[in-house]
Amino acid sequence: MKLITVAGPPSSGKTSVILKLIECMNCAKGSIGVVKFDCLTSFDNLSYEEAGIPVQTGFSGKICPDHYFVSNIEDAVQWGVESGFELLITESAGLCNRCSPYIRGILAVCVIDNLSGVNTPRKIGPMLKFADIVVVTKGDIVSQAEREVFAFNIRQVNSAAKVIFVNGITGQGAFILAKYLQQAVEIQSLTDTKLRFTTPAAVCSYCTGETKIGAPYQMGMMKKMEFKNL
Amino acid sequence: MTVNEFMMILDSKPLAEVLKEYPIGWDFLANFRLNNLANELPFSQALLKVDDEALAEFGLDRFGALKSFGAFLEQFTPKENPLEEVKSITISGGWNKSRTPENISLTISAGEIISIVGPTGSGKSRLLNDIECLAQGDTLTGRRILVNGAELDDLQRFEMEGKLVAQLSQNMNFVMDLTVREFLEMHAKCRLTPNVGEVVAICFQRANQLAGEKFSEDTLVTQLSGGQSRALMIADTAYMSDSPIILIDEIENAGINRRQAIGLLAKREKIIFVSTHDPLLALSAHKRIIIKNGGIAKVISISEEEKESLGVIENLDNTMQRLRTALRAGELIHMKDLSEPSS
Repeated sequence: MKLITVAGPPSSGKTSVILKLIECMNCAKGSIGVVKFDCLTSFDNLSYEEAGIPVQTGFSGKICPDHYFVSNIEDAVQWGVESGFELLITESAGLCNRCSPYIRGILAVCVIDNLSGVNTPRKIGPMLKFADIVVVTKGDIVSQAEREVFAFNIRQVNSAAKVIFVNGITGQGAFILAKYLQQAVEIQSLTDTKLRFTTPAAVCSYCTGETKIGAPYQMGMMKKMEFKNL
Repeated sequence: MTVNEFMMILDSKPLAEVLKEYPIGWDFLANFRLNNLANELPFSQALLKVDDEALAEFGLDRFGALKSFGAFLEQFTPKENPLEEVKSITISGGWNKSRTPENISLTISAGEIISIVGPTGSGKSRLLNDIECLAQGDTLTGRRILVNGAELDDLQRFEMEGKLVAQLSQNMNFVMDLTVREFLEMHAKCRLTPNVGEVVAICFQRANQLAGEKFSEDTLVTQLSGGQSRALMIADTAYMSDSPIILIDEIENAGINRRQAIGLLAKREKIIFVSTHDPLLALSAHKRIIIKNGGIAKVISISEEEKESLGVIENLDNTMQRLRTALRAGELIHMKDLSEPSS
């Protein structure tokens, strides 16, 4: 089975891109599965079910989505292998701009949209920086110049990635994306593979449910801001 | 220069000197919050004073940072552009929705304008998609798109990275919060244009010639009217976009001189496809592709009679423009306005 990980900020068009991508892949119905990692709620499973695509949804809730991803991805792969899929796609919504649920040797796709502001590529960090392919959506409603500036800013952060414009509504661009994704490698398990980037550190008192403010309650791994005299 | 050569420079020359020669390097430093390095030292030495953890937040160590900076400078050094070599494309027919072969081979050279006509849903977008992804008999239509007469392998298709085709459509808007000048400067910077001031000036001037209502350099792009936006997008595409092929999907017929706009793009040696039912635009093209039932049904070269009729159509169009201007200015419309020849 092949595995592809897809990440991107909320509402950037990940689900639409994946749906159009699957249409282009010309695979037998039911041979591509999706695992959606979300935070609190998700409605994307409905879109997948409607398209007849087997889907599993998991909610990270109070756990950091990246930690949740890494502790469940192995089981996801196992589900995919047991279901006999040719291809498994994981979709995760990045929240803190530090999310990068990418694994070494596994094709990583980042989806961002043109409407999020031209400097967004320079702000979202590892999620973009460690991706192999950056898919840009909603390009049909901004000017050519803005698309070019956006792509330029992506290359500033990740000069190695391929940048592909995909229209999530008409599917324009999904064909060439599908062509790229044919490079994904066959796997049976992810045991002993490594993440491309560390997940956010999260071992302080607030991670474990502390709500009170003040120095006595701050324990574990803390990072303090420096306030200078202006 | 190679990435390694750039790394050697970053290792030996003071950072200030490197930045003077490659000002875009400032962007790299800003992206990794390294704006306050000791510029009098070479990058690799200045980096020794940076906290390990600050680099680790970006998934870098010192060597990784040096390598990334080298790769960055290599990426943003102007180099030979394969897109400039695109002198013609050939559409080699596939089949329509009923699997009837299109039996067509149409070569279009730089500077040529092709209009595409056909009812909604007839397959116009599919043709445009085939061109954009440089179909090699592997899309639903079975068409092949040759560049300079040659087929392309997948690697070459990927190399184009979506830069082959620039698009302009009615639905497009500006979303950046910038003035016209800032906007053009930003785009020029991305193109690594050496003479930014000059290119910006000419874009601005041409955009104003195309727009019905003039605008200033200090106008916010988001405040431009539909016609002004379209004029700016066209001038910008003509002078700043790399893409040798331009796909135009209907341009609003208000507030912009459409014929001049298309002419401007053609003069810049672009290959232009216009999907339109606007007679003025459709007949300004050298040829038009008729799409029916998902396939190319016919290719028509513009006839002498059509060329002649273009003058009349232009007069009609000018009359409409004049009426719009009059209404905008609060004037009354008189019967004589309808027959008055264009000035």
